[in-house]
Amino acid sequence: MANLRDLRRRIKSIKGTQQITKAMKAVSAAKMRKAQEAVISARPYSKRIKGVLGRVAVASGGINHPLLAVREPKKVAFIVMSADRGLCGGFNGNIIRRAAQELKGATDASLITIGRKSRDFFKRRGYKITKEYIGLGDDVKYASARDIGSFVVEKYSNEEYDVVYLIYSQFINVLVQKPIMVKLLPAEPPAEEGEDETKKVDYVFEPSAEAVMAELLPKYIENAIYQGLLETKAGFYSAQMTAMDNATKNASEMIDKLTLVMNRARQAVITKEISEICSGAAALE
Amino acid sequence: MSGKGQRLEIVTPQRKVFSEDVDFLVAPGAEGELGILPSHAPLITSLNVGIMRIEQEGKKFKVVVSGGFMEVRNSRVTVLATAAERPDEINVERAEAAKKRAEDRLASKVPDLDTLRAEMALKRALMRLKAANDK
Repeated sequence: MANLRDLRRRIKSIKGTQQITKAMKAVSAAKMRKAQEAVISARPYSKRIKGVLGRVAVASGGINHPLLAVREPKKVAFIVMSADRGLCGGFNGNIIRRAAQELKGATDASLITIGRKSRDFFKRRGYKITKEYIGLGDDVKYASARDIGSFVVEKYSNEEYDVVYLIYSQFINVLVQKPIMVKLLPAEPPAEEGEDETKKVDYVFEPSAEAVMAELLPKYIENAIYQGLLETKAGFYSAQMTAMDNATKNASEMIDKLTLVMNRARQAVITKEISEICSGAAALE
Repeated sequence: MSGKGQRLEIVTPQRKVFSEDVDFLVAPGAEGELGILPSHAPLITSLNVGIMRIEQEGKKFKVVVSGGFMEVRNSRVTVLATAAERPDEINVERAEAAKKRAEDRLASKVPDLDTLRAEMALKRALMRLKAANDK
């Protein structure tokens, strides 16, 4: 049987760990709430820009733009979004696994990693990373999305990439984040959904349909990236919160178990002592 | 939508800034300012950095928009702005600082200066200050 002092020490150390996980849970819960709000308040813009792009594409009728050009997918690029830090259960693992799966078939693909975890993973495995972004911070700046967006847009326009995929964790709810892959480029104007007025509207374009499209498309790409960044952030914090909650619970369970063992050991010691005293007394009689 | 009034919605990538029925608005279009009354013909235009003037039940107010798009359709006006603020939301200090920064950058003779970007920054700062100062 383990000795008493060791058990006490272990319980104390687990209590210390529990305090840390509890604090981390509280912090990530607060940050998650903020990140979640950011995701939700960014949705109207996403929805509108998709709608406008779809309608412009229909109204302008087969407009030509470098970002719409479909080429044979020889040079593939992946943008992989992970978090910068761990302690968040399988969050980073899931997204990286998904990315690695996609990369298996495309060994010469270009990689753009966002977040420290995906960079480290792919670097360790000897993939060449075209560009990496780390430490984008807790509140996601639109400017970061613009940087990433303009980088891939330029590469695509120069025909250095034929197709660009974005792999990120979709934030479904606090408990569920799903890794998904979306095709970023060539841009596919979304088909209009649900609205009854699918018929072509005769728009007046100012300055021209081409000019509007040329401005709209990069914005659409940027927004898709921005959305990805926001959802990754929200997903990361909710995954971390869940993980820390579990860790706290596990610590409680362990403390309970160890306390029981400790009490038993303590009782055994007392029983032993009493029986020793008794037998000592009996021997004297 | 009734014959009168039109729905104006201003959204930025960060948030929904405005969503109410208005009577009339003037927007800083790429080809010059344009006024939109209810039942305007379908229109899509890119926007300049500028001030949007809005009239709503006799009240007049302004919103600063920094580039983006406007779509008009079925008396629904959707503004997709890169940034948009009401005058009372403008941080005057920040705008002043941005103005000064942009001016300094333009004045300094750095060889590969991104003049266009500095000018845009200056324009945004000036628009914000203008809107904030005459509410």
